[in-house]
Amino acid sequence: MTKRQRIVVVGHGMVGHRFAQAAVERGLTETHDIVVFGEEPRAAYDRVGLTSWFGHPDGAEALSLLPGGVYDDPRVRLVLDSVVTEIDRAARTVTVVSPPSAGSRDGRQGALLDQRGEPGAVTVHDYDVLVLATGAAPFVPPVEGRGKDGCFVYRTIEDLEAIKAASEAATSGVVIGGGLLGLEAANALVQLGLDTHVVEMAPRLMPVQLDDVAGVTLVRHVEKLGVQVHTGVLTEEIEGDRSVTGLRVRQAGTEEGARTEVVEAQVVVFSAGIRPRDALARECDLETAPRGGVLVDEQCRTADPHVFAIGECAAPGGTMYGLVAPGYAMAEVVVDALLDGPGTFTGADMSTKLKLLGVDVASFGDAFATTEGALELTYADAVSGVYKKLVVSEDGRRLLGGILVGDASAYGILRPMVSSGLALPDNPEQLILPAGSGVRLGMPDEAQVCSCNDVTKADILHAVAEQGCEGVADVKQCTRAGTTCGSCVPTVKNLVEEHFASVGRVVDKGLCEHFRLTRQELFDVVAVHGYRRFDDIVEAHGTGRGCDVCKPAIASILASQTSTHILEPATAGLQDTNDKYLANIQRNGTYSVVPRIPGGEITPEKLIVIGEVARDYGLYTKITGGQRIDLFGARMEQLPAIWKRLVDAGFESGHAYGKSLRTVKSCVGSTWCRFGVQDSVGLAIALELRYRGLRSPHKLKGGVSGCARECAEARGKDFGVIATEKGWNLYVGGNGGATPAHARLLAGDLDTQTLVSYLDRFLMYYVRTADRLQRTSTWIEQLEGGLERVREVVVDDSLGLGAELEAEMARHVGGYADEWAATLADPAKLERFVSFVNAPDTPDPTIAFTTERDQIQPIAPALIPVGAPS
Amino acid sequence: MDVARATALCAVADIPLEGGVAALVDGVAIAVFRTHDGSVHAIGNVDPFSGASVLSRGIVGTRGDAPVVSSPMYKQAFDLRTGACLDDASVSVPSYDVSVVDGVVLVRGVR
Ligand code: SRM
Ligand SMILES: Cc1cc2nc3c(=O)[nH]c(=O)nc-3n(C[C@H](O)[C@H](O)[C@H](O)COP(=O)(O)OP(=O)(O)OC[C@H]3O[C@@H](n4cnc5c(N)ncnc54)[C@H](O)[C@@H]3O)c2cc1C
Ligand code: SF4
Ligand code: FES
Repeated sequence: MTKRQRIVVVGHGMVGHRFAQAAVERGLTETHDIVVFGEEPRAAYDRVGLTSWFGHPDGAEALSLLPGGVYDDPRVRLVLDSVVTEIDRAARTVTVVSPPSAGSRDGRQGALLDQRGEPGAVTVHDYDVLVLATGAAPFVPPVEGRGKDGCFVYRTIEDLEAIKAASEAATSGVVIGGGLLGLEAANALVQLGLDTHVVEMAPRLMPVQLDDVAGVTLVRHVEKLGVQVHTGVLTEEIEGDRSVTGLRVRQAGTEEGARTEVVEAQVVVFSAGIRPRDALARECDLETAPRGGVLVDEQCRTADPHVFAIGECAAPGGTMYGLVAPGYAMAEVVVDALLDGPGTFTGADMSTKLKLLGVDVASFGDAFATTEGALELTYADAVSGVYKKLVVSEDGRRLLGGILVGDASAYGILRPMVSSGLALPDNPEQLILPAGSGVRLGMPDEAQVCSCNDVTKADILHAVAEQGCEGVADVKQCTRAGTTCGSCVPTVKNLVEEHFASVGRVVDKGLCEHFRLTRQELFDVVAVHGYRRFDDIVEAHGTGRGCDVCKPAIASILASQTSTHILEPATAGLQDTNDKYLANIQRNGTYSVVPRIPGGEITPEKLIVIGEVARDYGLYTKITGGQRIDLFGARMEQLPAIWKRLVDAGFESGHAYGKSLRTVKSCVGSTWCRFGVQDSVGLAIALELRYRGLRSPHKLKGGVSGCARECAEARGKDFGVIATEKGWNLYVGGNGGATPAHARLLAGDLDTQTLVSYLDRFLMYYVRTADRLQRTSTWIEQLEGGLERVREVVVDDSLGLGAELEAEMARHVGGYADEWAATLADPAKLERFVSFVNAPDTPDPTIAFTTERDQIQPIAPALIPVGAPS
Repeated sequence: MDVARATALCAVADIPLEGGVAALVDGVAIAVFRTHDGSVHAIGNVDPFSGASVLSRGIVGTRGDAPVVSSPMYKQAFDLRTGACLDDASVSVPSYDVSVVDGVVLVRGVR
């Protein structure tokens, strides 16, 4: 029998722990004893999730990867609080000091200065195999004053404890470095209630992972969360006597000694990169890579066959990897090598996905399109702060990389596409258009879903279909997917849901059988591609030839985006019943005629014209609930002649037929009413004329009241304006109808100009993002953040979108033309207004009227007996 | 087939692509449609659910593989090939035999 071998592991961090775990699982402990020395006072914990230590009552326990600090397998021994200070490769021994001095346990000092304390108890241990898993230490640039009280790094639980303690007496903090970790540290400072700044030397945040647009999008998100971002800024000095009082900075590119600025702060966190902890190896003459890290081969072996290095301290092939997944892979490779397996580590995907201050950010593969001929496909929705970029090979067949900010739900499917070289689908843009389209584009079974733990789609499906997992939590337990960085959890969730859907458990959010997209997704697809024809849209993104649901929805989207006449040949066939004839169909197949009467104000002459037209064509006349007059009972072929009379008299279409602005109701207001404080009629007319013809997801109504008595019922409208002594209060999201809702205050005491600009923004935001047939009230309700979100976008202009939305509205206002006047002027559009193609002037014989209260009323057409098809 | 009773309705180009027109044949209103692939179909124009003579004004599209028009009144779909209502198996409208000869739409078998 061969003698048991002894493995010494230096470092009990994430990777050292993974090594021990894998060794137990794969039977290495049958032949080997393992001793792990860890410098920290506690067993390995989830460093990736470090920030969650804040705000968690037992933060340290919750993060622990080995609660209790003891392995089940007695052949693995963990010795904590112990520093390996020396390696003797000839004797194959390590020297261990335990417990280390207080200095090394003080996370701040220990990490800052990377120094070990004075010797405590010194012991020497033999090894047959030595595994270095010492990780990395934060890099602290040589800035003047960096040793002052109040300076920290962000790596260990002790660092966090120290930061937390210092924050109690502080009001503001600054993080030096706007990379991944810097933003995470900033998040922590925000959580600690500090006025938080981030200073970054590069001109954008996360310069390693993001391009300029992505960086800007991220800045918007981050600033919204209360973090002040200073990019392109160098740190000159940390000010203060013994304790930090501020940071003196200067614009990058300016001369030394140029004008500087001081960012006040009592807490400074360095997050300017990490450096592998390779000192032990260097001291025993093991080679390190030029940029740091113990140089190892594909089996993670150093030039000394008895010594391995894994995790952040290692540099396989000369490259160090600052992520946990490659470290885990290295741990597995070494266990495999010790079992004489063939495993190798040949590099790792440096893709990153994280949620920074609640913002999804992901960067993967060739994110900067450095491959020759690479093409970029981008999607940016400044409204919701989403930026997505795909880098695609020259022939469009392969995905090379990408960047996602604001919505990284597609990451789970995109990253495996890069690593497995799968062919792209025909419409690669679908991959980045909103809403988890990723799931629908079936990923292959072998695609790796969880890169931290190497779990494939097949593994997950197996867990749900065969192993009885009932949800994400079960799957996590069963497969380990999602248990490390957590970035794959949404994909795991999608796969689980997809599976349940396949056995009949979920609702499809697609528009209809022809489109699996929602209205908002379609709106974006049309905007991104600039489509103008239904055919192009359905061919690229749908199936079949459409129906009465998707065709009108697309007609409305095209109308919102282009201002072209709805009866142009490309769109005429898509229009819903009423739009098709620019009038509302009635129960007997006749139509109603509703001229616009803005604000309900009308001259006697115009009233007389309406009366004459109604009399001459024998139409039923009624005052509507919308403060105007409706003429009913016109035959389709009569509509052009009726409208010619009305248009000649100065009327225009009232759009009673469209999903568009109906009326802006008004009270009489300050001109006549003794209580009125503003001219409500004047404003109602102006608003009705401004927004007339705007095609929207559902109809839109407005109201303006001259004082708080609210005679115009403005709060029952999608937008309601109520006069105040100082100006106007703006309410949004009201309606009558089936589910009445009262409009709620969006902003108060506005001057007219501000009111109009807020309304422009509000309406365009709604048009862009609401679902089909969603009134403003339900839209607001379903919007993440609700009315508060609307206020941020419209009033605070938190996304910097105001100007864009206003410009879109200006385009609409400028492009407005009366639909009826344009129809009358175009013989091609008039062709459709015939009763019968082979008898154009013969009235429909099924239409008949009786008389009631001196006006016509339809006789219900005798229901024609239903026959079998002939 | 009784060729003599074929009635010429209109030029095929008079029917909008993926649209319909109404025609009057011996006092009967029929709805004539042209689908996206160019084929022409004719069914009764009266919507059995409302009694109004309006089917030619509906939106033409597909449901599964079937070419359909949806009634402009209450949106039920009718199979253009058979007149069958796809939302209520007990309901259908007449369907007529149409052909296109030299660009002219001919219909047979009305009443
Ligand atoms: C004519 C009128 C009733 C009247 O005689 O007073 C009317 C008639 C119709 N209403 Fe209305 N509504 C009329 C005022 C209202 C009002 C009152 C108001 O605007 O102050 C309401 C409640 C307020 C609201 O909308 O928030 C109202 C709530 C509805 C609804 C339910 C909307 C909802 O969100 O639940 C529908 C159905 C729909 O739009 O989907 C509807 C739909 C209809 C339609 C368009 C149904 C249809 O498709 O045929 C009716 C045909 C109009 C026609 O042929 O001209 N009508 N309808 C009023 C026309 C106003 C106008 O001048 O344009
Ligand atoms: C805030 C934060 C967020 C992060 N987020 C992510 C993320 O989202 N995704 C991702 O992939 N990665 C992330 N990382 C990086 C990830 O934590 C590291 O890649 C991972 O911890 C590396 O594991 P390791 O075992 O190599 O090093 P470590 O976990 O640092 O473990 C090394 C251990 O060795 C000990 N040690 C060092 N020298 C000695 C010695 N001489 N004697 C004894 N013990 C010694 C150290 O004290 C330490 O405990 C994050 C890191 C931080 C700090
Ligand atoms: S809302 Fe006020 S101003 Fe308008 S009519 Fe009523 S009482 Fe008069
Ligand atoms: S990818 Fe990190 S936990 Fe799955």
